[in-house]
Amino acid sequence: MQLASLQRLNAARRKRIAAILLADLDSHTERIVLEGDPLDGPIADLIEDAFRSGRSMAFDATEGRGFLNVYLPAPRIAIIGAVHIGQYLTQIAGLAGFDVRIIDPRTAFATSERFPGVPLFTDWPADVFLLDPLDRYTALVALTHDPKIDDLPLAEALRTGCFYIGALGSRKTHAARTDRLALKGFTPDALSAIHAPIGLDIGASNPAEIAVAILGEVIQALRSRPLSLSGDGAP
Amino acid sequence: MTTVSHPNDPLLTAETWIDESRAVAIATVIETWGSAPRPVGSHLVVDADGNFEGSVSGGCVEGAVVTAALDVIAGGTAQMLEFGVTDETAWRLGLSCGGRIRVYVERLD
Repeated sequence: MQLASLQRLNAARRKRIAAILLADLDSHTERIVLEGDPLDGPIADLIEDAFRSGRSMAFDATEGRGFLNVYLPAPRIAIIGAVHIGQYLTQIAGLAGFDVRIIDPRTAFATSERFPGVPLFTDWPADVFLLDPLDRYTALVALTHDPKIDDLPLAEALRTGCFYIGALGSRKTHAARTDRLALKGFTPDALSAIHAPIGLDIGASNPAEIAVAILGEVIQALRSRPLSLSGDGAP
Repeated sequence: MTTVSHPNDPLLTAETWIDESRAVAIATVIETWGSAPRPVGSHLVVDADGNFEGSVSGGCVEGAVVTAALDVIAGGTAQMLEFGVTDETAWRLGLSCGGRIRVYVERLD
């Protein structure tokens, strides 16, 4: 590996930008492809698959023999609301390899007794995001039902292009929510990115099962996400 | 998939070592067959004194990779190494899990 490649790769990784090192093992040349770079050429499909799956591989195509190593940011889940479902979701999401944090300004909910070992932020989401911003490898899961707490993070997630955005609440609650967000300038198309009712439709009927349904939907979104999410339609 | 927040991240370590004017080789798992302990893309970085960070196996072949890396640092020519049960050195270097791996070792320069 060339030092310039390593430096470029590490810079991208520090900024949580997905990157691929593409090495030609015959000519000993290499290049770095960042997610969002225009893809062309015969191995564009391989590169796209690698970004999506996170799987590195050797390839032996007619165009050459090489190796591509993909470096994806660790996927995170930001949970708004230190509620009962969140207690289960933090556990199972941690097992599945997600880096999880709970954000809830209500200190009676967000206690380390209820969430042992889980990073807890007890400031308002707007303040938390200043220090620890959302990004495209973060899923935003809004669980409070409270517009004062949920609305701003949902808007921020839409602007950021989080790979998953979900909000708890009935269809009626969600209709009121989208009306409020529309007043902030979000188009119906942009608002359709919010998964509500939240979670896969598996008939989940208690907090633990709902957590499973949410995590399943988050994983589905992560593995099928478009490569260049944009904030199109966001104000 | 690689996370950058890990304190023992091999590629961040490699950059630090280069900043300290140390010579560095990077070993990468290029291909695996059967049951391999570390996925394709895993890195081990080595300096000229044999210090290393990361892993390309569960500890079975790291010693041999470090030795090869010292040659690569000294000579500059990249090497492709293969380890596994069918390897002639299997009795001393084989992977206990029964798989096979191919590891590319190159100097960082």
